[in-house]
Amino acid sequence: MEHNRQRHFLYLALLALGLIAPWLGVYTVYLMTLYCFAIFACAFNLLLGFGGMLSFGHAAFFGLSSYVTGWLVTSQGYSTLSAILGGVVAASLLGLVFGFIAIRRSGIYFAMITMALAQIVYFACLQASFTGGENGLQGVPRGRILGLDLSNDSVMYYVVLLALCAVFLGIQRVIESPFGQVLKAIRENEHRAESLGYFINTHKLIVFVMSASLAGLAGSLKCLVLSFATLSDVLQSTSGEVILMTMLGGAGTLLGPVVGSAVVVTLQNTLADKVGSWVNVIIGGIFVLCVLAFRKGIVGEVLAYLKRH
Amino acid sequence: MTELFGFPIPVILGQLLLGLVNGCFYAMLSLGLAVIFGLLGVVNFAHGAFYMLGAYGTWALMNFLGIGYWGALVLSPLCVGLLGITLERTMLKRLAQVDPLYGLLLTFGLSLIAEGFIREAFGASGQTYPVPELLQGALNVGFMILPIYRVWVIVASLMVCMITWFVIERTRLGSTLRAATENPQLVQAFGINVPLMVSLTYAAGVGLAAFAGVLSAPIIQVSPLMGSSLVIVVFAVVVIGGMGSIMGAILSGLMLGVIEGFTKVLYPEASNIVVFVIMAIVLCWRPNGLFGKG
Repeated sequence: MEHNRQRHFLYLALLALGLIAPWLGVYTVYLMTLYCFAIFACAFNLLLGFGGMLSFGHAAFFGLSSYVTGWLVTSQGYSTLSAILGGVVAASLLGLVFGFIAIRRSGIYFAMITMALAQIVYFACLQASFTGGENGLQGVPRGRILGLDLSNDSVMYYVVLLALCAVFLGIQRVIESPFGQVLKAIRENEHRAESLGYFINTHKLIVFVMSASLAGLAGSLKCLVLSFATLSDVLQSTSGEVILMTMLGGAGTLLGPVVGSAVVVTLQNTLADKVGSWVNVIIGGIFVLCVLAFRKGIVGEVLAYLKRH
Repeated sequence: MTELFGFPIPVILGQLLLGLVNGCFYAMLSLGLAVIFGLLGVVNFAHGAFYMLGAYGTWALMNFLGIGYWGALVLSPLCVGLLGITLERTMLKRLAQVDPLYGLLLTFGLSLIAEGFIREAFGASGQTYPVPELLQGALNVGFMILPIYRVWVIVASLMVCMITWFVIERTRLGSTLRAATENPQLVQAFGINVPLMVSLTYAAGVGLAAFAGVLSAPIIQVSPLMGSSLVIVVFAVVVIGGMGSIMGAILSGLMLGVIEGFTKVLYPEASNIVVFVIMAIVLCWRPNGLFGKG
């Protein structure tokens, strides 16, 4: 109980920090980008940390949804809310197709298959007309949600923060539900879970689609925040980034992906202008360090430390 | 008959030749992946990066040391192999007891480092490398014109693939290797230095990738990202072929290269994705791959 109370206190403190951050002089667009990637990483963590499936193609959901939202708003004149919804639905449907094919194999094969499928989406986005090809979609207007004018950065900020909180709490709810317990059982021992009478593939597919749709939500919010959707959203390196965020923060912990994305986005923001392509070397180095030295991630190691003391 | 499906036959044959060349690269790379996976249990994401380093090695040997193509054909894979041993000894070795996914993630990180480093050192744009004098020109065989260099690539890579297959499947060394794949502890108990064998296998696998890189240097732009897009295709090839079989890796590599070449004639828009689509179909039909066991 004591532990739970501490945890809730920490969440409330973080929320308070999020609420006052714009007044502390932090650049809101940077924070919004960070929150979008935090949603993306939380979605990814649902699959990797709790479902035990390493997808190397999550950029496909993030990027497709980003494109669909941008396209619905700019050339189809849809309202912002329905464009977000459209993006999420597109990502979920894509997740259903990916999941259907990929869950036939597990482990490293699962990773390779998702990577290959995501590459199809990348080439499709490169050649399709609605994505604007190499240029991407520029100048996507944010529009209004429920009468709120999103072109105001502060308003948009609280909408994105709200979305992050909703996703965070939603994932916590899923994990603590009976469904989440079955997922953990499958992750720990697939054959035993199956012999206990659970439909493994159904559970895997459901969590895959959930993760894909939340990744889609992250993508479509990112498109609105930055007002553009480009090929880099569907690129394989984006799939790699979300893996890094989750691993660095701690896969299988609730707060890990948020911490990881904060570290990675901050690194990219501060280093990009100063060191050029060394940023990839640094990201790769963190990857190597993470795998060799602290596989539990930042939050995972802290939790393990607290448990020992 | 000068046309097939409404396309002139020389055009089709030309694309088929290109497809076969690509297929040779797929075959060499997926062969290396399969051998490494068999013994180390690691999916070597850095395979594309080693291929790229092989090509850069060729270019650098020429530009900085004045060593030509034939020297590079030996030296470049050797250097990359040594780099491979170093990485295996210092990093990959530590991951022997954990989930194979960590090996994938580690090598992914290593490939980011290699690409970023090369990009910073030599720039993002491509470098060109001349076709060696001995292999310049083209052969006219009546029904089509064969560029000699491409024929050389096909012959050289098929030979290397066959030698690798022979060593693994038909020699005493190969049978020890296969035994170590099945049960490393037992082979070690017979007095064979398994850790050394693992290191050398990794070196041979990445050396093979570097050899492919040297072969590719005169026919493509040598650029930092040349390996990263290729490695994803090779992964799909490996999923299609099943990682258990050496011959399976070679055959599916060649076959998919040719299919890709055909697609370039029939429906060019799909040529980038045809391998991935075939992978999806194969997975629905035979989840363990065409040559996979179980």
